[in-house]
Amino acid sequence: MLERVPKKPLRELPEITVASDTRDYLARAARQARDTDDYELLVDIDAHLQEGGFFHEIIELMENDVLKQTAQSMMRPGSLPLINMQPGMSFQSLAGRVPHQSGPQETTEDPTVAGHRFVQIVRRTIDSMGLDYQVIFPTAMLHLGMNPMEEIEVELARAYSRWLVERILPEDKRIIALLYLPFNSPLECEKLVRDYGDKPGIVGFTVCAVRHKPVHHNQYMRLYSMIQETGKPLVFHAGPHWDDPSFAQLNRFISMHALSFVHYNLIHMTNWIINALPERFPKLKVAWVESGLAWVPFLMQRLDHEVMMRQSEAPGLKRLPSDYMREMYYSSQPLERNDLEMLAMTMKKINADTQLMFASDWPHWDFDPPSSITTLPFLSEQAKRNILGLNAARVFNLPVKRLRPRARDVIAAQQERAAQ
Amino acid sequence: MSEIRVCAVSDLGDPGRKVVDVNGQEIGIFRLGEEVFAYLNSCPHLDGPVCQGKILPLALEAVGEDLTSSGRVFSKTQMNVICPWHGFEFDIRTGEHPTNKRIKLRKVKTQVVDGEIFVAPLRPRATPL
Ligand code: FES
Repeated sequence: MLERVPKKPLRELPEITVASDTRDYLARAARQARDTDDYELLVDIDAHLQEGGFFHEIIELMENDVLKQTAQSMMRPGSLPLINMQPGMSFQSLAGRVPHQSGPQETTEDPTVAGHRFVQIVRRTIDSMGLDYQVIFPTAMLHLGMNPMEEIEVELARAYSRWLVERILPEDKRIIALLYLPFNSPLECEKLVRDYGDKPGIVGFTVCAVRHKPVHHNQYMRLYSMIQETGKPLVFHAGPHWDDPSFAQLNRFISMHALSFVHYNLIHMTNWIINALPERFPKLKVAWVESGLAWVPFLMQRLDHEVMMRQSEAPGLKRLPSDYMREMYYSSQPLERNDLEMLAMTMKKINADTQLMFASDWPHWDFDPPSSITTLPFLSEQAKRNILGLNAARVFNLPVKRLRPRARDVIAAQQERAAQ
Repeated sequence: MSEIRVCAVSDLGDPGRKVVDVNGQEIGIFRLGEEVFAYLNSCPHLDGPVCQGKILPLALEAVGEDLTSSGRVFSKTQMNVICPWHGFEFDIRTGEHPTNKRIKLRKVKTQVVDGEIFVAPLRPRATPL
């Protein structure tokens, strides 16, 4: 039977664009969140600030007058002064096919009433995904390890820390962050840990992995001791770098991206293990973020194989590399879900039940919603709860206490907005 | 189930699209020339709002008879809708992913009567609100 006029007028859903409201973008994630509504805690251990709209605020907090004036003189709308990224090589959004990568351009409420614009946007995200906490990382600043001017990394790391600690974190306890360590300057890392490491909302320390600095160098040992002392984790966050001479052979972004995000963590993990740092810092919690998981069993097999033959080159090890690697922590995103048999084996090999932590990477183009975990058929219900929040609570010392709204309330608010 | 009128074919651009909520079921209706197609607005990847994404021609590798590549070109015949969550592309005519044809959109029955587009929502509701 043909119904000429629908009983109710049909609600139209607009095209998703770079200007779409995060709540519209993630409306379907809010519905998925009903599946985890009774979970004790949901933590996203890796989401990102897109610095573009906020960089002038960070620059304002730089301590060095000369660099600050230099940055301000370069400031244009949307520009990122001092950041060593080539603007013409930003292929992440797939030529606009994945618009959220290029934001945020959505409208927000008056900040004097509703809070900082970034805080408003994060609240929209975490409510939609049904998260209690979200750990914020930078985006463009992930490249600073390759900046030939070391003082720029130091200055921006300090300004970013102040921006987080003074302007963002006090506004919402569901937003938490790691201190960006200017790892090319070890003494400055120590200073940053002393100055900001115990501030509310700072739950750990991160090394942006894209850099040519051997993590086993003696100059870092005092820093690792300090971090171990805090009880907070040290997190290696991967990133892309097309200018690496080997990667210059790769002619498409997809190729560079697939390899680069794993490459630097492979190197740092290898140095970390072969130099037996887990034996020197047995209480230091170390986590590896944004490299997916497939690289871990690969490296376990490679290092175990070689260590059995070349023990004299890794004499600090008392166990096999894979034994140490199984005691480290990993973030889930970008979860390689195409072959579930291989993924199940990978998760078994890394003890995912206790060592894996959910990460969304929102708003980047290859983000994962919590359903990337809940829909895995081989995980037990308890494993899903652990991966989606309880493991992170242990690593980041978070109270297991619900802070997120009920999924039905989030959906009702969405429906109300849509009806307006 | 009765078929519900969405709009006139002429209301849509070419290529064009409209995504509507029909009693809690989100359906994307697409126009290519005089042809009309409809799919659930649920991506087979992770349930993203696929029908609300960009519409672009399929990209092809231009390999000549001598097997050299002259780079990428857009198809003159195949239009894709692209999921805005992660970029999975689907042929608007078939609903299939260009690389892995087992991954496809869920088709919704549609017909054009006197220039008007009607859709028959799936049952049971696949995307309840
Ligand atoms: S949900 Fe559509 S591409 Fe991932």
